[in-house]
Amino acid sequence: MKYIEPHGHMISRTTDDYEKLALSGCEAVCEPAFWAGFDRASAAGFYDYFRQLTDYEPKRAAKYGIKHYSWLCINPKEADDPGFAREVMSIIPQFLDCPTVLGIGEIGLNKNTRNELAIFEEHVQLALDRGLPILIHTPHLEDKLKGTRLILDSLASFSNLDRGKVIIDHVEEHTISHVLDAGYWAGMTLYPESKCSPHRAIDMLEVYGTERLWINSACDWGYSDPLAVPRCALEMKKRQHSAEAITQIIYHNPRRFLSQSPRFI
Amino acid sequence: MPSKKELLDLQFIDVRHKLIDIAAFLDRIDRHPGELDHRYEALKNALPILLTDRPDRASAVLESFSDHTTTMTQSAPFQGTSGAFKH
Repeated sequence: MKYIEPHGHMISRTTDDYEKLALSGCEAVCEPAFWAGFDRASAAGFYDYFRQLTDYEPKRAAKYGIKHYSWLCINPKEADDPGFAREVMSIIPQFLDCPTVLGIGEIGLNKNTRNELAIFEEHVQLALDRGLPILIHTPHLEDKLKGTRLILDSLASFSNLDRGKVIIDHVEEHTISHVLDAGYWAGMTLYPESKCSPHRAIDMLEVYGTERLWINSACDWGYSDPLAVPRCALEMKKRQHSAEAITQIIYHNPRRFLSQSPRFI
Repeated sequence: MPSKKELLDLQFIDVRHKLIDIAAFLDRIDRHPGELDHRYEALKNALPILLTDRPDRASAVLESFSDHTTTMTQSAPFQGTSGAFKH
């Protein structure tokens, strides 16, 4: 079984995890820029982070035959300080031509503030100026519904946005139809305690179809499972989904979306 | 697509386990000292949704925990989430 992990924060994982991914059939992993679990003290911290994402991490993955790609941005949480965020954003263009950078992400909202929204919109404009795909994070738990609505309202104001080049991640049952109905791709994140379980993600596949959906582990420094995607594939098999349907959601769909970047090979 | 019987065969024990965990959690809360907060109230408000016949119970539970306000602050007054919106 081959699959693509379209959202994994591998800098937070051990090399052992790369071996597990490889043994499970993972061909490529895509890593969006995110919050490190603490606020960086300076923009220079992000410079080193972007070097890690674009240089070191692809080499670490390659040792296990896995292609590593990245998305760049300042994450929504640290974007609540707009002065700092703009300083970080001034660094990003010099990394956008790196051969494994796919686009802008994971941008979005965290606590649904005006500061976060302003920086979100500046990121969207940067992606539009460069013709890049966009990966969007939606807020956690009780903030998700409101944040998803705010993000959709904001995106609607960009008249030249190709909605097929935007994926809105971490959808759940109360947000998925908002995202799909508006013409965007949607990502379902499989977490042990929050976001989706494999059972619930499969329910949503059964209800909404597989046209513009992917599943991911979003494994990071928190309680998460780098093998969540193949585990979900196993649950799909138990629920009598065909091998073709499973391959569609864990391989062909992420490949179709990600191939909108010419760098995804 | 599996039948209802096949789904029960696959998942009943797991769901039974989770339901008993919820019951035991409520018992545990009752047994222990101290004050409750908005999360317990939100949990109690969500539980009746399980007994309805609507086809979107999962979505309804998620909505019951959600922030439905439309106002925005300039910056975040606090960070983190509790899992249930505090009215």
